[in-house]
Amino acid sequence: MTDPSLSRRGAIALASRGCVIALAACLFPTEAWASPSEAKALLATLGPGALQPGKVTIGAPEIAENGNTVPIMIDVDSPMTDASYVKTIMMVADGNPLPGVARFELSPANGRAHVEFRIRLAQTQNITAVALMSDGTMWTATKNVKVTIGGCGG
Amino acid sequence: MPTTAKKGDIIDIKTLISHPMVSGQAKDAAGKIIPRDIINTFTCTFNGKQVFAMKLEPAISANPFISFPVKMTQDGTFDFQWVDDNGQVYKDSAKVTVT
Repeated sequence: MTDPSLSRRGAIALASRGCVIALAACLFPTEAWASPSEAKALLATLGPGALQPGKVTIGAPEIAENGNTVPIMIDVDSPMTDASYVKTIMMVADGNPLPGVARFELSPANGRAHVEFRIRLAQTQNITAVALMSDGTMWTATKNVKVTIGGCGG
Repeated sequence: MPTTAKKGDIIDIKTLISHPMVSGQAKDAAGKIIPRDIINTFTCTFNGKQVFAMKLEPAISANPFISFPVKMTQDGTFDFQWVDDNGQVYKDSAKVTVT
């Protein structure tokens, strides 16, 4: 069955994308965007292990109306004891001018592996978080965030 | 953040600092790139020992909000430090008593 509102939705999506491109063109010096491969390369600096999906949860809005401040939460499933804890959490974004977002250094003193912060997203894109555990394993999660108005410049 | 906590409790620390976080991506009216000026490092120590640190990139929003938990085992003082690209250091501290 065809949803009659689909074409309207498509038109809205197209219109908002046009708006983002126009904003980007006026605010960014170049049209260079980070790519998924650049984001991956940055994550590889975290450690030698392979990335496994799991343990990491990203809390972010499905649709961010304002790309200038998108609230993000990252939780990692870890007991946070001296024997087993999250050492580092890194977040990258594959559709911003630069792929880096933030890097957190945690310790057993945190008791819980949880961080909250706010980020800029220039356009609809995937954000990826990786947790490096005290045993050297690395766990990852990715979330797509739709951005209505890009967080250009600042 | 709370000023008292029960021994073993995990408290949430929420920090907010006023800073424009100039991304270095935007141009001024004359078409020149406005130089990057962001808070690039945040650290939190408890009784002198680091419990949390963050490296910030231009993708962090203006007036950075950072929140993280800490498990309280003893009385002490949290020292917070933010450093920006110009080398300016912003500091704050808070005491917590464990009951």
